[in-house]
Amino acid sequence: MATETVTHDDDIEQQADWSGATAPFKASYGKLMMWYFLLSDAFTFAGFLIAYGALRFSMPSWPVPDFVFQTHPFSFLPDSWQELPLIFVTVMSFLLIVSSVTMVRAVQEGHRENRSGVSIWMLLTIIGGLGFLGCQAWEWNNLIRTEGMTISKNPFSNHAEGGTYLSGDQLVAAGFSAIKVKEEAHDHDHGGEDHGHHGMDTYYLAPGVTLDVPDNRFWVKEDHHGHVMAGETFEPDAPYLITKHSGVPHYQFGAYQTADGSSITKEQFGPKAFGALFYCITGFHGFHVFSGVIFLLIIMINVMSGLYVKRKNGYEMVEKIGLYWHFVDLVWVFVFLVFYLL
Amino acid sequence: MSTLSYEASKKAVFRGFWLLFVLTLIEVVFSLMGKGHIPGISSVPTWLLWGTSILIIGLSLYKAYFIVFEFMHMKYEVKGLAMTVLLPTLLLIWAIIAFFQEGNAWKERRADVEAKDRIEVNDRVLGAIDDQTLDWR
Repeated sequence: MATETVTHDDDIEQQADWSGATAPFKASYGKLMMWYFLLSDAFTFAGFLIAYGALRFSMPSWPVPDFVFQTHPFSFLPDSWQELPLIFVTVMSFLLIVSSVTMVRAVQEGHRENRSGVSIWMLLTIIGGLGFLGCQAWEWNNLIRTEGMTISKNPFSNHAEGGTYLSGDQLVAAGFSAIKVKEEAHDHDHGGEDHGHHGMDTYYLAPGVTLDVPDNRFWVKEDHHGHVMAGETFEPDAPYLITKHSGVPHYQFGAYQTADGSSITKEQFGPKAFGALFYCITGFHGFHVFSGVIFLLIIMINVMSGLYVKRKNGYEMVEKIGLYWHFVDLVWVFVFLVFYLL
Repeated sequence: MSTLSYEASKKAVFRGFWLLFVLTLIEVVFSLMGKGHIPGISSVPTWLLWGTSILIIGLSLYKAYFIVFEFMHMKYEVKGLAMTVLLPTLLLIWAIIAFFQEGNAWKERRADVEAKDRIEVNDRVLGAIDDQTLDWR
C-alpha cells in the first residue's frame, strides 16, 4: 500500500513538470527568444570585428582615425574649426545614447500601463535613431564623394619615410615630362602654371616613362581646399589623403622627395581592406539601426492604437523591442571603440 | 530598477544617461590625447599610447556592462538567464586572442617571405643558383 501511494505522488509531480505553462527563468517565451537572438547577433558582429582586428594587426600601417574622421557638416563654424577630429562621430554616439535612455523611459512607462507616456518616449527614441542614420548617411556621402574612399580604394595612408612635397618646376628640373590636361569642369586652359586650384591641370611622367596611364602619373600635392602643398615637409608615419577632385575622374598621387634626397616618389593608396571593413561593418550596424527604427515604428503604432492594453502584461512588447534597441547601441559602443578610438 | 519607486527609477535612468555621456567624452579625450591632439603633449611615447588604449577598452567594457545589466535589465533577471546569455560570450575572449595573434603572424610571415625572395634573387644574380639547381618544371 505504501509503495502505491509514493508512485502516485511521483506521477502527479511528473505531470506537473511536463504539463507546460511554466516560464523557464521566469521569462516569457518572446523575451527569452529575443535574448538568444541577440546572443547570436552578438557573435555575428564579433566575427566581423575580430576579422577587422586580425587584418589590422597584419598590416604594417593603418589609417589614423582622427585624420580620416575629422570632417563634419557644421559649416557655420569658423574656418579654424573646419577640421575637428572625431567630433562628428561623438555626436552620433551621443544620439544613440539618448535614444537608449528614452527607450528605457518608454519601458518604465509601459510597466505603469501608461499608454501616452510609452508613445511619447518611443517617438523620441525613433527620432534619435533617424538622427543617427542621417549622420551616418552624411558621413558615407562625404567619404565616398568628397574624399574618394570606396570599398576597394583607400586614399588614406601613412608615409613610410619623411620627405618634402615637390612643385611642378622641381619635377621638370628632375627630368619629369609635364602633360597639360584640359580640365572638364572649367572652360579655359591655364597653360600649366601652378596657381592654387590649377595644380590639377598638369601632371608629370617620370623620366623614361612613356606609357601615360593614371598609375604612372605624378601630381603636385594639393589638399581638398585647393591649397597647394609643394615645399611642405613631413615625418615618417604622417597621415595623408590622396586628393580626388570631383571634376577629375582619378586620384592625384602627390609627388615628393624622400628626406635623405635619394629618390622622388609618390603617395600610395592605404591598405585596401580599410574601406571594405569600414563600409561593411558600419553598414551592417546601420542596417540594424534601420530595421530597429522600422520595428519601433510598428510597435509605437500598435501602442497608440491600444493593442497592448488588453494584454495587461506591462507592455512587454515594448520591453522586447527595447532589448533589441539597446543591443544596437551596445554594438555601436564596440564599433565606435574599434574604428574610431583605437 | 524593479524595486525602486517611480520617481527613483526615473532619476536612476537619467543618472545612467550622464554616466554614459561622461564616459564617452572621457574616451574621446583620451583617444585624442593618445594621438597627440590635446595641446601640451607634442610627441607621444609608446607606453602612453598603449596605456590610453587599455584605459579606453576598459571604459568601453564598463559601458557595455552598464547597458546590459541596467538598461537591458539583466541585473534583475533570474541568474540562470544571465548565465545562458553571458557565458557563451566569454568564448569570444579566446577568439580575440587567437585571431589577433594570427594577424600578427601574417605580418611576420610576409616579412619572412619577402626576405627569402630577396636572398633568392640575389643568389640567382650572383650565379649561386641556376636553373638546373631549382627543379621547378
